Amino acid sequence: MSDIVIKAENIGKKYVIGHQIRRGSYTTFRDVMIQNIRNLWNKTKNLVKGKPIIQGDTFEEIWALKDVSFELCRGEAVGIIGRNGAGKSTLLKIFSRITEPSTGRLTIKGRVASLLEVGTGFHPELTGRENIYLNGTILGMTREEIKRKFDEIVAFAEVDKFLDTPVKRYSSGMYVRLAFAVAAHLEPEILVVDEVLAVGDASFQKKCLGKMGNVAKQGRTVLFVSHNMNAIQRLCAQSIWIEEGKLIQIGQSDVVVNAYLSNSSGTYLSGQMELSNWPNRYGSGEARILSARLLNSNQETTTTVYRAGFMAVEFVFENRLMKPLHFSMIVLTESGDKILHLSYHDTPGVDVDSLSGQYRACFSIPELPLCAGNYCIALGIHTENLVPIDVVLDILPFASEDMINSPRPYKTLNKDAFCWTPNHFSVSKLYSN
Amino acid sequence: MTDLSSTHLQEPVLILEPGRTEKNYWADLWRYRQLFIIFAWRDVSVRYKQTIIGILWAILRPFLTMVVFTVIFGRIAKLPSDGDIPYALMVFAAMLPWSLFSNALSESSNSLIGNANLIGKVYFPRMIIPLATMITAFIDFLISFILMIGMMVYYQFVPSWYLFLLPFFILLALLASMGPGLWITALNVKYRDFRYIIPFIVQFGLYISPVGFSSKVIPWEWRLIYGLNPMVGVIDGFRWCILGGESSIYLPSFILSLAIIIFFLWLGISRFRKTENTFADLV
Repeated sequence: MSDIVIKAENIGKKYVIGHQIRRGSYTTFRDVMIQNIRNLWNKTKNLVKGKPIIQGDTFEEIWALKDVSFELCRGEAVGIIGRNGAGKSTLLKIFSRITEPSTGRLTIKGRVASLLEVGTGFHPELTGRENIYLNGTILGMTREEIKRKFDEIVAFAEVDKFLDTPVKRYSSGMYVRLAFAVAAHLEPEILVVDEVLAVGDASFQKKCLGKMGNVAKQGRTVLFVSHNMNAIQRLCAQSIWIEEGKLIQIGQSDVVVNAYLSNSSGTYLSGQMELSNWPNRYGSGEARILSARLLNSNQETTTTVYRAGFMAVEFVFENRLMKPLHFSMIVLTESGDKILHLSYHDTPGVDVDSLSGQYRACFSIPELPLCAGNYCIALGIHTENLVPIDVVLDILPFASEDMINSPRPYKTLNKDAFCWTPNHFSVSKLYSN
Repeated sequence: MTDLSSTHLQEPVLILEPGRTEKNYWADLWRYRQLFIIFAWRDVSVRYKQTIIGILWAILRPFLTMVVFTVIFGRIAKLPSDGDIPYALMVFAAMLPWSLFSNALSESSNSLIGNANLIGKVYFPRMIIPLATMITAFIDFLISFILMIGMMVYYQFVPSWYLFLLPFFILLALLASMGPGLWITALNVKYRDFRYIIPFIVQFGLYISPVGFSSKVIPWEWRLIYGLNPMVGVIDGFRWCILGGESSIYLPSFILSLAIIIFFLWLGISRFRKTENTFADLV
């Protein structure tokens, strides 16, 4: 069956946000009063005109999505990929009718159930049994359907002993399991799923992914947002790549995922990043990481490194703190698990006595212990007592690959595991029959 | 939904466009009736959780107000009752619709904000939420009605057949709160000011509506104008039903109240529907 069930034409979504003008430190009482009166006047004007109140002095229009068009057929499982803030969730919200598009037109054939959050509408005072009915109905199941699947849901969630306990007494694991279980038994024609599988323990995630795969096989359409490229590739034949609200590519998942990961046109995927304005960071700010790059054995900037090969992360930072510093680097998998942590606190080469200066630092790994797969990095500068000064997250995405001409053939995927270590392997014959 | 092949032909086609209002809005609302029921059930069953006297609150609150009003208006101010009906009975016959109205109004006007997390995550006709909260007020009403019966027994008062017309006035009280409730809850999403206005309106309304006194104490030439307060019609109607012919309805004022209720109903529903699509962006 190749009939089109979803047709998006030039979908756009605009948000208006307000900015607070930063004033100098010398504001008089009179200025404040005048500003307040002006604000009150403007807000009253908005109220009369029926516009929402936007806090701030200046306004800016932001297009969370712009001119997104595509068509999807029945029974397709489609992954939606893109960085944080690319507009994936906005797209899902439009699909699930939570918010309406500002421009364009979306035609959907069939009933949509959306799963943007686990346990939507769970009420802490109600019991597990009651919440199954509540949550199920909210997600679009009928009472009869829930009744029919009730035992299955309870078995799936493994909470049968606590069915008549208010969910506020549940452990967080039980809560999430119950919520998943209800969601996993949805059977709409079109299922929209946001990154809900990121919570819950690994075995339960696996169970849910399996359940979702079945849904797609039964001829239902699944839209699935995830940062987990493995899950996307496993579940979805097709993928859509969105960046800064625009559709970059749509097609076979393998192709799109690879293009997304190896995209070198954007600054964020070039193996070199300008970080002085990087938003995803925290810390006191007395030191600041300004840029970072990923190097291979030839000291070239790269996004691809090799298992068991050389890799280095070099970064430039500015320091205004006259204290010993603690440096750390973490390598994370796509699903956000920290798998490698390197740290030093003897501040080699940092001049603790001078007030400010720029430095270059480098972590180098002679034999990279990472299996083939996609990873990213977090860099941190802390005080000796581990108070964060500047920690940048989600930078330098890179891929680890197996060397084609490695001395011994080796094959793995990070589907199986993430770590590799130098090792010896031998086989010797004991006897022959 | 169970058998995919059979739903192929009559599958609903949904078109999402900016500013598009649903053609079959009311049919859609009907399709979501199970959700309405479950929301109402949730609100009712959660309402008195973790309280000591639980559902008794539904009786205690109107009862205490009735006692205070009977003492102040009946004993101290010595206002006349309708005919020879005990003053307490007359006050409580008005307390019933008033607490129904005020509970329904305050619950429904805060309902969208109270369910903000749902609105941001799932689609359903948003009107379900304020409407479902009104059921809670209705259940409270039914419980306090038991007290009304108890009081009738105590005062040995036998109601007339008019009592069977009461459901019409109950509906009227609910409709009277639904109009402003829908309007204010929609406004509340954008402007949180209304969250502070509602308790004020409710408190104020208790005194400008004929709850503690009979509408007969209002000077004759003002009776018609008094009908601008929609609750005047509802309360007069309640007294007429419960207390029998002893308290009569002044028809012009009642019709004016009715017109006001219909006007607010229209205003509330149309405002609500107009802003409904943007709730998720604002809440």
